[in-house]
Amino acid sequence: MAEATLALRALAFGHTREPVLRDVDLTLDPGLVHGVLGPNGCGKTTLLGLLAGHLAPDAGEALLNDVPVTAVRPAALARLLAVVEQSAPFPFPFTVREAVLMGRHPHIPRFSRPSEADLAAVDRAMAAMELTDLAGRTLDTLSGGERQRTVVARALAQEAPALLLDEPTSSMDIRHSVAAMAELSRLARRERRTVGVVLHDLNLASAYCDRIILLGQGTIRAIGAPADVLTPSTISEVFGVRAATAPHPEDGHPVITFTRENRT
Amino acid sequence: MPAAPRTAARAALTLVLLALLLGALAVIASGLGFIAVSPGEVLDAVLGSLRGAAGSPEALRQSVVLDVRLPRIVTAMSVGFGLAVAGAVFQGLLLNPLADPFTLGVSSGAAFGAALALLLGLHFLGPATLGATAFLGAAATLVAVMALSGRDNDLAPTNLILSGVIVSAILSAGISFIKYLADERVASIVFWLMGSFVSRTWTDAALTASVTLAGFAVCLHHARDLNIMSLGARSARSLGVDTRRVRLVLLLTASLISAVCVSVSGIIGFVGLIVPHLMRLAVGPDNRVLLPASGLAGALLLLCADTLTRAALPHEVPIGVLTALIGGPAFCWIFTRTRSGRRHG
Repeated sequence: MAEATLALRALAFGHTREPVLRDVDLTLDPGLVHGVLGPNGCGKTTLLGLLAGHLAPDAGEALLNDVPVTAVRPAALARLLAVVEQSAPFPFPFTVREAVLMGRHPHIPRFSRPSEADLAAVDRAMAAMELTDLAGRTLDTLSGGERQRTVVARALAQEAPALLLDEPTSSMDIRHSVAAMAELSRLARRERRTVGVVLHDLNLASAYCDRIILLGQGTIRAIGAPADVLTPSTISEVFGVRAATAPHPEDGHPVITFTRENRT
Repeated sequence: MPAAPRTAARAALTLVLLALLLGALAVIASGLGFIAVSPGEVLDAVLGSLRGAAGSPEALRQSVVLDVRLPRIVTAMSVGFGLAVAGAVFQGLLLNPLADPFTLGVSSGAAFGAALALLLGLHFLGPATLGATAFLGAAATLVAVMALSGRDNDLAPTNLILSGVIVSAILSAGISFIKYLADERVASIVFWLMGSFVSRTWTDAALTASVTLAGFAVCLHHARDLNIMSLGARSARSLGVDTRRVRLVLLLTASLISAVCVSVSGIIGFVGLIVPHLMRLAVGPDNRVLLPASGLAGALLLLCADTLTRAALPHEVPIGVLTALIGGPAFCWIFTRTRSGRRHG
């Protein structure tokens, strides 16, 4: 599989007096899971939209393998980059299997039937998100978490070298949140995929991300390994809460806990 | 509602059954009316004329079938096919199962253009004048609606519907004003607006059928893109669909189909709304199956309605009135049923 490196260079976005994002420089590298964290409204979704080419920067560049991402043709982009949006509309009752199969769209020529390889990719993605038993259910009958698993499975079935996901686990139970993050981590490690994922759960990010990008007030406040970024002082500075950290007894990544009287 | 098992074989079977039913009903309908003709004779007449045989002893009965009933039947089927396909496409594009050619103001625009031509007595293109003015009206309305709704070229579905409703309201007032100005010609405008297939010629039939089928081919070509676009514009773009181009092509195509249908038959409501809705329940939401199934079922519906008003009722009721009288209550029933189904699901 081809590799994909995503980068933002001296980027700014937002026409108003208060820009949404400014002075953003970052690179998403193959083989790593990048967690994008930050308070509500700090520009996480905008950052992802710029990386995905949905938004054009007002200054600076958004690059995919050193080419401006907005200049890549849609069909070519879809074979390099899979995107999971925060909230997806489901106005029509497609089945789970049909919805996951849509992830193969960039690989199936017009008027062709899905190949064995396409169907195998769909089966793998549904198994990874534990959707096999729900395959024939229609989307309007699913719970919020089940829909999210369907959308993530669709992105997995796309088998693109880069994946960008906006709060993919926000409605999932802990079992499926862990399964989704473990699958993303496995894809990064084994297949050198590039993963960028917006998260709110600091502990989920700490456990599965190789690099944390901490946003605050429209700019990058810290980038680095979880142990370096997720410190009590940085968390207090960016989120305004008092936190304590301790190494996980088995895995060693920082576990973050919050005190009851927590506002700083 | 429980998910029916959907397979390619089942979809193909549904399409074949609909097509066979439509063919059989078209033959039977050609025989019904003041002069009864048996289905066998209808087939003989059609095959005979195709072979170029002429001057049979049954010339009058042949002429009734070939020159009077068949053009009307072909026109009715084409209009039903076109309105249902256009409805399915608008629903898919606007991500709204309740959208149809009227929601966008396209039908009102076409009706306004044609009513203006009737008022002014325009004849610059002969029999195609109404079609041309209706398309101009529809296209102008579409441009206005899109300009109103999309500063960012993204054409958000809610903005489109809202703009369509606003423009429709203005055009309805315009049509009322035309009726007010029309004096003695008001009857022809009113009857035309209510919708009718009376005295359609082969010119009407050929125009409607060719535009509808060509438009259908364009829509079917983009059916898979339309499926993907139900995921939302950004997700569709990240799956490689050029959403802006596809949306523009399909909006224009569906508007052209609607305009030609309105110009040839007046406003016939509910076909574009109900038929795709029912077919979605029957064959599922995949547009590759839904579009042809909707077209065939729409043709079937208008053929039945037109035959009913032509051959069974003592007086010809305008077909637009008939479809609204039958379709309105049917739609209310479907709407409440699906809503309660969702509440319990």
